[in-house]
Amino acid sequence: MNRALAWGLQVVLYGAFAATLGWFSTSPAFEPLPPGHALIRVSLKHAGQRKVACRTRSPEELAKLAPNMRAAEDCPRERAPVLVKVELDGKSVADIVAIPSGLSRDGASVAYRRIPVLAGTHRIRVALADDIAGTFDRVREEEMRLDPGRVLVVDFEPGKGGIVLR
Amino acid sequence: MNAPALALALPAPGPATRAVERVDALFDAAFGQRLNPMRHLGALGFLFFWICCASGIWIYVGFDTSATGARESLAAMDRNEWPLGAFARALHRYSADALVAVTVLHLARELSRRHYAGFRRFTWLTGLVVLVAMFAAGIGGYWLPWDQLAQWSLTATTEWFDALPVFDGVLTRNVIAGDQVSDRFFSLLIFLHIGLPLAMLGALWAHVQRVSPARTHPPKALAWCSAATLAALALAKPISLMPPADLGFLPARIPLDWFYLFPHPAMAWLGPDGLWLALAAFLLTLAALPYASRVPRAPAARVSLDNCNGCARCFADCPYDAVVMVPRTDARPHPRQAQVDSALCAGCGICTGACPSSTPFRRDETLTTGIDMPSSPIGALRESLESRTAALAGAPRVVVFGCRWGAPARGLEDRSTAAIEFLCAAMAPPSFVEYALRAGADGVLVAGCREGDCEFRTGTAIVAERLAAARKPALRASVPPARVRFVHAGRTDLAALRAQLEDFRAALARLGPRAADHPSLPKRQEKHHG
Repeated sequence: MNRALAWGLQVVLYGAFAATLGWFSTSPAFEPLPPGHALIRVSLKHAGQRKVACRTRSPEELAKLAPNMRAAEDCPRERAPVLVKVELDGKSVADIVAIPSGLSRDGASVAYRRIPVLAGTHRIRVALADDIAGTFDRVREEEMRLDPGRVLVVDFEPGKGGIVLR
Repeated sequence: MNAPALALALPAPGPATRAVERVDALFDAAFGQRLNPMRHLGALGFLFFWICCASGIWIYVGFDTSATGARESLAAMDRNEWPLGAFARALHRYSADALVAVTVLHLARELSRRHYAGFRRFTWLTGLVVLVAMFAAGIGGYWLPWDQLAQWSLTATTEWFDALPVFDGVLTRNVIAGDQVSDRFFSLLIFLHIGLPLAMLGALWAHVQRVSPARTHPPKALAWCSAATLAALALAKPISLMPPADLGFLPARIPLDWFYLFPHPAMAWLGPDGLWLALAAFLLTLAALPYASRVPRAPAARVSLDNCNGCARCFADCPYDAVVMVPRTDARPHPRQAQVDSALCAGCGICTGACPSSTPFRRDETLTTGIDMPSSPIGALRESLESRTAALAGAPRVVVFGCRWGAPARGLEDRSTAAIEFLCAAMAPPSFVEYALRAGADGVLVAGCREGDCEFRTGTAIVAERLAAARKPALRASVPPARVRFVHAGRTDLAALRAQLEDFRAALARLGPRAADHPSLPKRQEKHHG
């Protein structure tokens, strides 16, 4: 191959390398949600109630314990799972059972769910149970407009009234 | 006597080898064999890594390390320091992308050549660590501008890790709970983007420990042209920031850097668990290759202390640090002796070619050298050379020294051409060339692998230097240069090698036959021990 042709081919190959880098560094664009969709993210961290309620120890029981172990109450560590139900326009879109963390299942339950939904106005209902009986005693229901690309976070913050839609 | 049989036959070139050689041929045509970027992929990876580091340090000088100020500081850099600020950011991006491109090609190339087992196992496995560190460091870099791309990538990554039982949903809360990520969490992301490249550098250091010398710098012309290409691209196509991160919004389209961020779309298709499985399968398959497959390798070199004077040439030439010099263990008056670590030995025979005791002019009836290859002993090669040269007829008579890993030189043999195949072209001591000429050959053609493409990394370069008297043991000045030619021919280049031979033969014909009164071979004598 003559020198000029070799130089030309080099330019073409360097150009192809640059073009490959330039193109794939931004293209093709990715659509994180289907067109016309919004996203509901259920993300909460909450410790369920204890599975067995604390019990006051009798004086006899306390006397049998070593002096440094004489706690007034006997509290089994295990907690109830946290149950979360999400309904959209009356239809269930998430039914979550969040198991308590930790080897003894005595830590907080953490839940995360990603739910793409069609954009528009929806009635959303979130119910949460954190006792062993599974009583959904925390409920929030609201009509919301979800524009395309909107991300609605469903959280649980007892200090802010319980279920939060953000 | 026939040439000694090699212990392990090489498999015929497969489709992967042929494909690599075809691609190489295209790049050879443009760049020449020495500057072919396909033969410097690892070194180019180092170059792009350093460019990425330098541009990253430049960006970091003006970078606001808070979640709320990060994007604005980069936008200000683009506005106020143009073209330097925007140029540095684009160069940072493109050099990182180029690093992925050459690393993946490097991996594919080594895979196609089955460069993963035996003495290459450590290098292969540490290369996998480099691969993981590279992607981890690179993906983390996309979080720091804290724009919508950063937010989406970080969220997707935390969602992926949250699929592991150990995290179980906790990580994603750092990104979506509350109105904004905390500066403390953002500092952790910055630390990751500094710490992971350092970890990658550590892995790179380990990666090149078993090769000697490590080629971490591409040839200057290639380095400058590659850097200039990145610079031109950075000027032509600056990197744009997306709007500031907004935890309540996902953009409809994200301009994705597919070199690094492809795991996010992959997770959308496979799910987090599927992506973990795919990654685990990919890495485990690659990590298992050195253990699950056998790659042909000649038995390790052996040292003969009676013939080793501790000159350390084998130590200097070994491309895999398999030879070390240790204190003498016998009574000979030399301070050191060579010692071979058989686990590291590639079985290339370059050490044999380096050993001064390998000269065929020694008068011992049985030639034994200081460090020899059991599958192809130098003494048997001398006998083969003698008998084959003596059997040549016609003119000009040519002896071809071929490489087992290059073009099959035996395919050139005819009544006036003899071929001696070595484990590597650099296994042939230069004194063999002179010996062949004195045994009656009119010329010697030494055929190595394609330039820069030696199966054992440095063999072809070593041969070239020895024949040019730039490296010991050197071809003696008394050998007529016109009667020796060194050519490069890969495994699939037999036709090209034949053409080179014909050209050499024509040149020899113009020179005429060797003088009838050239020095004859020395007379042999039985070796006397004790």
